[in-house]
Amino acid sequence: MFKVLSYSFMPCPNFLKPRASFKVQKDAIGTRTLLNVQKDAIVCGTRTKVARNPNMERLPNNYLFPEIEARQLEHEKKYPDAQVISLGIGDTTEPIPDVITKTMSDYALSLSTLEGYSGYGAEQGNKALRLAIAQKLYPDLAVKDTEVFVSDGSQCDISRIQLLLGSKVTVAVQDPSFPAYIDSSVIIGQASDLQPTTGKYQNIEYMKCVPQNNFFPDLSNASRTDVIFFCSPNNPTGHAASREQLEQLVEFARENGSIIVYDTAYAAYITDKSPRSIYEIPGAREVAIEVSSFSKSAGFTGVRLGWTVVPEELLYSDGFPVVHDYNRIMCTCFNGASNIAQAGGLECLSTEGVRALCSKVDYYKENAQILLDTFSSLGLKAYGGVNAPYVWVHFPGRRSWDVFSEILQKTDIITVPGCGFGPGGEEFIRVGAFGHRETILEASTRLKSLFL
Amino acid sequence: MSLMNQLLTSISSSSSALLGQDHLFLTRPKNVVLPSKKSGLCKCIAAPSTEKTAYKTKVSRNENMGKLQAGYLFPEIARRRAAHMLKYPDAQVISLGIGDTTEPIPEVIASAMAKRSNSLATIEGYSGYGAEQGEKLLRAKVASTFYANLGIEEDDVFISDGAKSDISRLQVLFGSDVTMAVQDPSYPAYVDSGVIMGQTGRYQNNVGYAHIEYMKCTPENGFFPDLSAVSRTDVIFFCSPNNPTGSAASRDQLSQLVQFAKDNGTIIIYDSAYALYMSDDTPKSIFEIPGAKEVAIEISSFSKYAGFTGVRLGWTVIPKELQFSDGFPVAKDFNRIVCTCFNGASNIAQAGGLACLSPAGLEGMQEVIGFYKENTRIIVETFQSLGFNVYGGKNAPYVWVHFPGQSSWDVFGEILEKTHVVTTPGSGFGPGGEGFIRVSAFGHRANVLEACRRFKELYK
Repeated sequence: MFKVLSYSFMPCPNFLKPRASFKVQKDAIGTRTLLNVQKDAIVCGTRTKVARNPNMERLPNNYLFPEIEARQLEHEKKYPDAQVISLGIGDTTEPIPDVITKTMSDYALSLSTLEGYSGYGAEQGNKALRLAIAQKLYPDLAVKDTEVFVSDGSQCDISRIQLLLGSKVTVAVQDPSFPAYIDSSVIIGQASDLQPTTGKYQNIEYMKCVPQNNFFPDLSNASRTDVIFFCSPNNPTGHAASREQLEQLVEFARENGSIIVYDTAYAAYITDKSPRSIYEIPGAREVAIEVSSFSKSAGFTGVRLGWTVVPEELLYSDGFPVVHDYNRIMCTCFNGASNIAQAGGLECLSTEGVRALCSKVDYYKENAQILLDTFSSLGLKAYGGVNAPYVWVHFPGRRSWDVFSEILQKTDIITVPGCGFGPGGEEFIRVGAFGHRETILEASTRLKSLFL
Repeated sequence: MSLMNQLLTSISSSSSALLGQDHLFLTRPKNVVLPSKKSGLCKCIAAPSTEKTAYKTKVSRNENMGKLQAGYLFPEIARRRAAHMLKYPDAQVISLGIGDTTEPIPEVIASAMAKRSNSLATIEGYSGYGAEQGEKLLRAKVASTFYANLGIEEDDVFISDGAKSDISRLQVLFGSDVTMAVQDPSYPAYVDSGVIMGQTGRYQNNVGYAHIEYMKCTPENGFFPDLSAVSRTDVIFFCSPNNPTGSAASRDQLSQLVQFAKDNGTIIIYDSAYALYMSDDTPKSIFEIPGAKEVAIEISSFSKYAGFTGVRLGWTVIPKELQFSDGFPVAKDFNRIVCTCFNGASNIAQAGGLACLSPAGLEGMQEVIGFYKENTRIIVETFQSLGFNVYGGKNAPYVWVHFPGQSSWDVFGEILEKTHVVTTPGSGFGPGGEGFIRVSAFGHRANVLEACRRFKELYK
């Protein structure tokens, strides 16, 4: 059946090289881990004449989260008996409510029946799901189902949005921010070179978000860019922008003719009256794309489901609707989110699904509160944790990789060094609130013993 | 109050029609002839007129998007089909256009996915983020099932949500400065993704996009390009068995291709999505050709084997030996792309993939493939009996029918109008497809037989 005709070939003597090793090197901006790729490149055999994409060369390091994972593996290898607790990568840990998994399970089984089978779905997503997202997650905000594009998650959507926008647009990000905005910008060719002295890319506008400015950038000092990536509730700082702040942001975008790419992956975690969608702000429909996800509200980090809203009113400078081009991208570069995941998504938005998910979100929020209390009791300034499942802890005067390493070494807890999110994250550590309660409590105990 | 709490209160007052989502989502109309799964949601139109007073941003439209000629091909076909169904609401439309699978997924595979779904509700079974490159077991199984004895290992395999997404990620990897060659005709995603990335110039009618090297594949050259007439490009997209022509390149031809790539320092992106449809001993993987590991990437998919067109699962193989001109391994950059621009295929789909590659799964897939191959045989026979020159159909689920001297969109339109059968016009696959119609063999047997009956009526 899978007959592979045998043939003889001459293997190259240096056939296999082990995976590149991770070396910690200090550079001008602090301790970074570099994937030492040049040394470990395969040297035998014929090279092609295809030049490496120079944009890829502009990414000096691994993507942040695989880097964290590598550190964890290294630590576990070194200390095989250690009970490592991961509060690093924001990975959900609690099971998905069975009302949702049962729907996915039933749907999967139905695919083996004549009546239930379906093949290609619409690239933009299942109609009922698009409608449910529009009506239930954007009630009274006039979002149409035709403006909702279901996807396999925000990380993919961010890259597709970059593909849409092209290499010539200028981009602003919060500093610190979720690394995919910057990395995807570099890959698509918007960002130019990394400046070693500042740790910033030449063509990216970094909008500092620090305690002093209440984690909202001073827009009067910000240069115009075509695109502004804005995440609220924020990863990593945990800050949810207020209505007033978002009104300023929308006004800023309108004055500058910019497009906001607004990431609301953590909207479900909002506790207070902070807006859950940029479209709550008048005028936002003409300046903003909104990206969101089922990952952190439904535990769908592995199932893969998200969506992007592109309002009809959002127009390029020549009047062409952005939504038409985004639709073309989705039809050409994507083939729809998994139908099983979409069935799950629809169930997530049912009455019972919403109820069940609320309690999961509350569980993580309680974790966050425990962590907040822990750090406060230690006299450390901890931000976030109220509207987001992240606690952003300040270690004034210290390098974040050093703090990361110390915490790991002494308590076997993985966190994320703030500078992984940009230069504005230096001196901070991000602690994730995803984990089983016992784990969070154990982590708190260890942290207390370390810092007291 | 959290968003979810807000949802709760708003849902309780919403109409009950909305809460019956189960039936909205799961029910399919029960006609023998199935209505469109894509109900014309894509509005592939030129720039609409906007009011003078409409607010515009100051962001320039990506000029690459402006180069694209109308919509992507298959939503266009779907749109035409939907329009036709509106025009003739009583017509029993049969779709042999978009290559969409119609037969159920083998039970052993669907059960595995059901099982994985249920396990996500348990503490022991729950998993969050998976490795972006795919689950280890699945990567290993793909390597051992499809690439045994070819020196392809687990970590050369990158699991994805399908070939279409992989093609774009490969384009992002290579960047805007590479030059590309495609077969002509070819699966539209290669060209369109290249245009979007900025690798091409403008489109010229009947010629194609500037800067793309179109390698004509016609009956005259046995659907294999005359490589002596092909200019060097950085990348060559090559699909075998071919969509749309159905032609499978021989060992000899592939050896020529690999040699050509070696001589030119070119990278072949080899699309083997239909490999298991082969009826003979033609190579199923480019890596069967000595030396290919230094010049080729292979992409493939579970879509047409397991009916996973909606489930979404595929893979890309990048050998360790494949290097850029500076010696940097291509796989390392692809890994970086996969970690940054992607977050793994759905874990449930991957569980399905693993079941696909179990003995029972393989058997199940062979049955499904066999079914579609029988469909193909019926279609080939039909057109041959009508005196047409028919190509493909032996090694792929596509039949490539020649209508010399005619515009393929016209033939498409006539067939649709007179028989209510949707096909795909050859020119949708490139200038080299003009004068041909692609008939896909995915369909319930009754529909395929009925379609063939109607073809016989029309062309007798």
